[in-house]
Amino acid sequence: MKHIRIALLILATFLLAVPAVAAPIVEEIINKANLTSYYAGDDGQALVEMTITDSQGRTRQRLFTILRKDVEDGGSQLYFVYFKKPSDVRKTTFLVHKFIDKDDDRWMYLPSLDLVKRIASSDKRTSFMGSHFLYEDVSGRNISEDHHELSEETADFYIINNTPVHPESVEFTSYLVWVDKQTFLPMKAEYLTAPGKPYRRVEVLESKVIEGFPTVTKSKVTNLVNGAHTVSEFSKIKYNIGVKESIFTERYLRRPPREARK
Amino acid sequence: MICTLLGSLTAQAGMSELKNSLYDTYEIDTAGFIEARGGIRTKNDPYEKEYSLAEARLQLDLSKDYSWGVVKVKGELLADGVENKVIGDLRDLNLLFSPLDSMDMKIGRQVLTWGTGDLLFINDMFPKDWQSFFIGRDDEYLKAPSDAIKTSYFTNLANIDFVWTPIFDESNHISGERISYWNGVLGRTAGRDYIFEVDNRNSLFDDSEFSLRLSRNIKSMEIALYAYSGFWKEPEGMTMEQSPRLRYPRLSVYGASLRAPIYKGIGNIEVGYYDSRQDRDGNDPYTRNSEARLLTGYEQELAHNFTGGAQYYLEYMRDHNAYKSSINNGTERDKFRHLFTIRLTKLLMNQNLILSLFTYFSPNDRDAYVRFKSQYKMDDHWLLEAGVNLFQGKHDHTFWGQFENNSNLYAAARWSF
Repeated sequence: MKHIRIALLILATFLLAVPAVAAPIVEEIINKANLTSYYAGDDGQALVEMTITDSQGRTRQRLFTILRKDVEDGGSQLYFVYFKKPSDVRKTTFLVHKFIDKDDDRWMYLPSLDLVKRIASSDKRTSFMGSHFLYEDVSGRNISEDHHELSEETADFYIINNTPVHPESVEFTSYLVWVDKQTFLPMKAEYLTAPGKPYRRVEVLESKVIEGFPTVTKSKVTNLVNGAHTVSEFSKIKYNIGVKESIFTERYLRRPPREARK
Repeated sequence: MICTLLGSLTAQAGMSELKNSLYDTYEIDTAGFIEARGGIRTKNDPYEKEYSLAEARLQLDLSKDYSWGVVKVKGELLADGVENKVIGDLRDLNLLFSPLDSMDMKIGRQVLTWGTGDLLFINDMFPKDWQSFFIGRDDEYLKAPSDAIKTSYFTNLANIDFVWTPIFDESNHISGERISYWNGVLGRTAGRDYIFEVDNRNSLFDDSEFSLRLSRNIKSMEIALYAYSGFWKEPEGMTMEQSPRLRYPRLSVYGASLRAPIYKGIGNIEVGYYDSRQDRDGNDPYTRNSEARLLTGYEQELAHNFTGGAQYYLEYMRDHNAYKSSINNGTERDKFRHLFTIRLTKLLMNQNLILSLFTYFSPNDRDAYVRFKSQYKMDDHWLLEAGVNLFQGKHDHTFWGQFENNSNLYAAARWSF
């Protein structure tokens, strides 16, 4: 009898403790921000121009088309990337099947060898094409990877403090995200290596509403330690264009669809 | 010559201008590169020239989109200082279109690849150029183009790829011209002093090749079945009339492959049976025997920007006793040839410096081939490259051992536009 009472007490404590750890308001903000920035419409397309500037001021360009299709809002997604510049990666295509509960599947097609290469992809915090954007910045960090906490609320922003569930798997100790209260677009993120020591910043430089969806049209990642940075400009943005799921297969990896080549 | 070609800024400006005007006037998408590449042997080879590479190359890659498909032309001009010749070559000249919603066709000269091995091929029976690979040309040149018709049909059950090569396209085999090799007739290593005559197969229909692949993805797993009917891609047969001549015996290959995520990386397994149709009993010493081949591999990210992979590959000769008694001079191949490969790739300096090591080694043949390469992308146009091809072997007659004197160092500079 005594044991049952203790068990009930533990259970009650646990049940009461859960809402205290994850306040519904934070979960709601995070979910909405995630859907706004990575799941607008059922599908989408954009032409992305990246300018990578190293710490000595030398620049490199990347130009690619990106096609996206959501399998499920907030869940699995399909990405197709077609590179146009620079010339050494021209016409290379890249296919990602993004999953929430397991590692993504990634393939790359090298046209000069007609080779479909499967890419081992356990590390999502690797640079995307030599830029300061990481794979995770491009396709989104799984929200269950962090503990979220509303650290401040200003007139315009919810400021969320995020700490990793598995600190050993990442290079930061925490990061702050400024979520726009109106649009729910995350407008800035600062990654810290220690409290008060940001070393990396991702920020939105320009955004606008396209076809009813708040959309980032220019963003920047800065390495705050050495000043190196990458600016991404998004153009030819379209939503709900009816991209077929078959586009995200080996067939189109080998012969990129017209939407991507144009 | 090399300096003039690469140093010429006017040539560079000219290429960019050409690129823009072709696009503006004809909507032709243009790209390409100018490259200089040189290499020397690390060992003295009495049968070959001292320089393994001394060449300048221009590649032009043109493509145009039409509403019905894509036309592609990729041509090259190569000034080869080792063979003292200037040659033009086409790597692509093809039309790609979809006659049906669920069907693609690619007709003409094209590079073709399938299968799951990493620099090992079982069911990929498309032509290779091992000579280019061994002397340190870009990886692109490992694959030689085919003049073929590729038809792909996509269904819910499986995808079907069928390639018809009307006239046999052989691999660029090691003839002795650039690389010395084990010559079984002489019983020693030979090179430019002994280049075999080869009976080429060039009759339409009679010398056709057919390649078939059925593939399907089940969730993250890729499975495929393969069949090939044609010929050994290297001249694995010999005719012993008057003087010995090499020939391409008939061959069929049947195989399967599987590739899927496993543990923290990607695993693959591929098998194939090589049916040497002109020597099914295995007792003809002048035709390669039937074989079963297997390869299995695994690759994963080991650390940040650092990837590692390993493969095991096996060749099993079917009628080894018949083969052994027909040769019987101590240089026979083993019944089982085991081969391991290791690949390590490290990206540094914002992924602009790529260091890669690829090693093949065979414990039963006691030989190895080590490829080390470093590539540095100076900017969006300039690429510098340096590498080593190192062959080592206990015996002169084994697969890698025969190339021991061909170990080389090379360097290249490429300007892409």
